[in-house]
Amino acid sequence: MRIGPAGVSWLGGLYAALLYGFIFLPVAVLVLFSFQGGRFPIPPFNGPSLKWYEAVLADDRLVQALVNSLAVAFLSSVVACVLGFLAAYGFARYRLPGSALQRALITAPLAVSYLIIGMGLLITFNMMGVPRSLLTVGIGHAVINTPLCFAIIYSQMGAHQVNVERAARDLGASDRQVMWLITAPMLAPAILASYFLSVTFSWDEFIIAFLLSRFDVTLPVEIWSLLRSGLDPRTNAVGSIVFLISILVVVVLEATVFRRPRPDDRGRRA
Amino acid sequence: MTTHERAAHERRTAWRLVLPAMLWTLAFFVVPFACMVAMSLWQRTGAGLVRTWDLQNYASFFARPHFVEGLVNSLEITVAVTVISALLAYPLAWFIAERVPERWQRAALLLAILPFWTSYVVRSYAWTLVLAGNGIVNQALVGSGLIDRPLDIASTRTATVIGFVHFFVMLLTLTIYANLKQLSPNYARAAADLGASRVQTFIHVIGPLTVPGVVVGAFITFVLCIGDYVTPQILGGNNELVLPQIIMQQIGRRADFPAASALAIILMLVVTAVYAACARWLRLERA
Repeated sequence: MRIGPAGVSWLGGLYAALLYGFIFLPVAVLVLFSFQGGRFPIPPFNGPSLKWYEAVLADDRLVQALVNSLAVAFLSSVVACVLGFLAAYGFARYRLPGSALQRALITAPLAVSYLIIGMGLLITFNMMGVPRSLLTVGIGHAVINTPLCFAIIYSQMGAHQVNVERAARDLGASDRQVMWLITAPMLAPAILASYFLSVTFSWDEFIIAFLLSRFDVTLPVEIWSLLRSGLDPRTNAVGSIVFLISILVVVVLEATVFRRPRPDDRGRRA
Repeated sequence: MTTHERAAHERRTAWRLVLPAMLWTLAFFVVPFACMVAMSLWQRTGAGLVRTWDLQNYASFFARPHFVEGLVNSLEITVAVTVISALLAYPLAWFIAERVPERWQRAALLLAILPFWTSYVVRSYAWTLVLAGNGIVNQALVGSGLIDRPLDIASTRTATVIGFVHFFVMLLTLTIYANLKQLSPNYARAAADLGASRVQTFIHVIGPLTVPGVVVGAFITFVLCIGDYVTPQILGGNNELVLPQIIMQQIGRRADFPAASALAIILMLVVTAVYAACARWLRLERA
């Protein structure tokens, strides 16, 4: 039997629908049973009830872990983003001996699994007698995110900004003024995108945070200990909250940074 | 300023820009890695750390079936996940790129990666809910009369594979979609002009041209999957351990950092070998 183009579309649509179903199934179950009325997040569903959200918000450890996570994510991403931007600017605008090798070194952590990066840091901090804390977690997250920020910003530093920088220099701007007043604003979309990507990576990172934290922990580590209590609707509730926060970040990014320029402001920008 | 002075000044400025990131990478990536290599050559005994240099930890890896089994489990699961994910993702990527109207494609992709924004740890937990003996899948299957008694999927290798595939299908969909979109429609047109059927066009033209997208996605899948501790720990039960679980056991239960370091380095060598095997296609992508 020959299948015509319409048949291909129809079969493809069915296939896509099934796969989307598979992709969404656990998320739907997670969110649905966060509103469970009973003690277990399994069918039958007898809700909706907000009591597990109340339980999460009344749990000081979870709330503190959430605050810790946000602090680590936002601060470590500042470090990653500044280091990445400076290096990207240096490599893109000046000729340095052994530049390719140095760039390879800066991006190397991208190719190494988080478990190994975390273990290396744990061993080093142990040897030097540095106690595990949120600071060491932040250092670990900046290590994994610096190459990411560097790669994103470096890829966006094209020749088209060079002329504007040259013009600024001719008009008497110093190197520093050119970088902060001309280049950084022109690269704002790439810088913001790398910053927020870095925030979401840190916010969700588990293994490094698990290895490098001790008394104060981040949210994924606190959720990990919550999992020991087995199937628990509190985990559903806190998971749904994390999901909501991440979606908010994505929506804000889509609406601002990644907004496609409309035809009329594209002309103005060029 | 002379040209010479200007060049020297520029070089100093460049170094000042690049140095912070270089020092950061040296201090918190290169040095820790060196420490881990050193650690893997020392031994942990009852008395504490013995700092004599030898390859005992590596030798004992092959002497202990438990460890070798962990590596085999890791490889089997990772290969299965990579192949299944690529097979599932390809038609979806093709459908979105070729059959979904242009203006809806971005939305279709965003929807496909939506679960990516759920917490990593929570995502695996959500699968335990779905697959549990009295979970939604089993209740639906038993309720509809398809099976008599619940399937034992939870806490098995199958559960681990399902959890992984769920995550990596969307990753591969993205890389394959990107590859399909950058192909000029002229390829398909030229093939059609030369008399190729749609199937022939796919097998001889479009398929081979999307190998880089598949290999890049598959490689990222391989690296992330083989190094992951969370998914097998939550979904896999404790019968068959993968290498990252064994590494964490060495750290957590036994505080045996030398053994854990040696295992981590063996894991890294495996990944490097796979990278070397894929390098041809990975480089192709960059060009």
